[in-house]
Amino acid sequence: MQADNSPPGGQSSTPSSPPADPRLRLVDRTMQLYHHEGHALIETLHAAQESFGYLDEGIMHYIAGRLRVPLSRVFAVATFYHAFTLKPPGKHTCVICLGTACYIGGSRAILDGIRDREGIAAGETTADGEVSLVVARCLGSCGLAPAGVFDGEVAGRLDPQQVLDRIGRWRHDDPA
Amino acid sequence: MILHSEDLHRIARDEQDRRDGFRHQVHVCMAAGCLSCGSGEVKQALEAEVARRGLAGRCQVKGVGCLGLCAAGPLVAVDDGATRYQGVQAADAAAIVDALGGSPVERLRCSGDMAFFQRQTRIVTENCGRIDPERIEEYIAAAGYHGLHRALTGMSRQEVIDEVGHSGLRGRGGAGFPAGLKWTAVAKAGDSLKFVICNADEGDPGAFMDRSVLESDPHRVIEGMAIAGYAIGASQGFIYVRAEYPLAVKRVRHALAQAERLGLLGNGIFHTPFTFHIKVRLGAGAFVCGEETALIASIEGRMGRPRPRPPFPAEFGLWEHPTLINNVETFANVAPIIRNGAAWFSAIGTEKSRGTKVFALAGKVVNTGLIEVPMGTTLRDIVFEIGGGIPGGRRFKAVQTGGPSGGCIPSQFLDMPVDYESLAQVGSIMGSGGMIVIDDSACMVDVARFFMEFCMTESCGKCVPCRVGTRQIHDLLARITAGQATPADQATLEDLCDLVRHTSLCGLGQSSPNPVLTTLKYFRDEYHAHIHERRCLAGACSAAGEVV
Repeated sequence: MQADNSPPGGQSSTPSSPPADPRLRLVDRTMQLYHHEGHALIETLHAAQESFGYLDEGIMHYIAGRLRVPLSRVFAVATFYHAFTLKPPGKHTCVICLGTACYIGGSRAILDGIRDREGIAAGETTADGEVSLVVARCLGSCGLAPAGVFDGEVAGRLDPQQVLDRIGRWRHDDPA
Repeated sequence: MILHSEDLHRIARDEQDRRDGFRHQVHVCMAAGCLSCGSGEVKQALEAEVARRGLAGRCQVKGVGCLGLCAAGPLVAVDDGATRYQGVQAADAAAIVDALGGSPVERLRCSGDMAFFQRQTRIVTENCGRIDPERIEEYIAAAGYHGLHRALTGMSRQEVIDEVGHSGLRGRGGAGFPAGLKWTAVAKAGDSLKFVICNADEGDPGAFMDRSVLESDPHRVIEGMAIAGYAIGASQGFIYVRAEYPLAVKRVRHALAQAERLGLLGNGIFHTPFTFHIKVRLGAGAFVCGEETALIASIEGRMGRPRPRPPFPAEFGLWEHPTLINNVETFANVAPIIRNGAAWFSAIGTEKSRGTKVFALAGKVVNTGLIEVPMGTTLRDIVFEIGGGIPGGRRFKAVQTGGPSGGCIPSQFLDMPVDYESLAQVGSIMGSGGMIVIDDSACMVDVARFFMEFCMTESCGKCVPCRVGTRQIHDLLARITAGQATPADQATLEDLCDLVRHTSLCGLGQSSPNPVLTTLKYFRDEYHAHIHERRCLAGACSAAGEVV
């Protein structure tokens, strides 16, 4: 595929609207900070994911063009690292830690509980696009095992019922 | 602005005066653990209470780094640890302020954990819980940047390297390579461009030492890196930190800006020709990037895949230039060594493992949290004295060190001193310092499966033994836990472990069989029961069919 230099947009599937998408600002600023050098790729992808919530083909094209790296490398890096996602996240994100302390502390039972009630496994989003379930390798909050993150807020000493209740509250608070 | 030594002393003196102006100090832990159970609100409430009573000039409320006992957060320490409170809520602010100078609030006092605080020896974490990590002045008042000043103005490069060498400091990232030798190798490399990298990609599940150090005392790491830069002849450093640690990233960036503002980083530091800059690079969640060559690839903006060594990064590293890579805790030890001398450091610890080690104590233990003990402390002291033993009346079964590269150590080794050699002797490794206590409710085969699942998903896929071997080992372990394995499977498992260990390209693959091998060695009866009797001795695998 040919990398292009034009901003993403145009296709209905991209999360960005053409040319002056304000969400591109953070991405552009990051690239400028590193003088558009190829080694800024990971930092730029972080910025893009922060702005757009995920990495779609349009933004990867855009970054490849601006940093002058092959699109294949952008795609390789974006899929190699766990931090990047190529799928749009749900409205709410629930991260459950599967680090050793949390695993010993019972986080597997929490994941089973979510699977049974919400029908999603790690890395999946509910059919209604409300809740995404992510598994973390270690949040470093081992003292609070089992730990999780609910829309950016860290919570510790979780049990399955507590987690299902929190997810239930998200549903309740924003009626479809 | 470029500092003279007088400026450094003036800042320290001013800070001390400022501190002496307060009759009482109330320290609120603002590390990730306590923040997540509401220490931010506690600090606000305490500040409001102090202001409401017009005590603002006499009582200082300040946010500090990790106080250590993460299990009992939010933690508050009054008058430099004279009294410690646990599980504090915003509503307790008035009671705490009432008790200042009088008898403490008994219902909130940390109880029965005195061994937790007293049995520790603090070098790396000496400032954790004492200083505000967001104010460089407090670090300077705690003798911060005095080591850098001493190195730059009173020591030659070789003297700095010798000092680190004589101290006996070994790499704290896991393998324990002598720091002095590594520094010498990079210093000798004939290239005008060299780099210093701080490995803060703390990927082991169950380890949070580096996160705590960066959150609680970021300047210590920066100072250590600058001293290393001077010693090896580098002027550019990188801190490669996990993106999963947003607070650590924020505090490091803040600290770098402060150090640059005071001229402690930049051009002509302390009016010497030495120039040093540090940049932050974010990891992106790949365990393999803890491996040196993979980490370098990641900083270069590529997939984090290791390459064969030699050539080692000491000659051929970042952008093909000689590169020194040390872990956060290693750099955190450097400034105190330069400040206090090699002899002081080498008097702590055991003959071959000098100094202290920071452990993240977690799992089935009462006092989970961050501890620092001299090398050579026994596992029994760590788990039962400092850690307070096993909760819920259960029995100790094993302690796991070194994460997915380490092993499970059973109770017969509880009196073993913890140092690099002893841990290796029993089949585990020191690792970066995660220490997970396992009680009798856990199935050791399932623990081994858990670690193998980790290695399987984290394998970068470059070499076949690791990519295919970890998957095959995992599937065998899953069959065993599901009660579907045959005796022949166990033999295959042992063969595969041997193969993966000896033929993988990097440390991830080579060490991935360790959890399996140690559990096979020390908990063979559990494997036997799963295979021959179709039952789990711990009763943890009863949910058979849970094959992930």
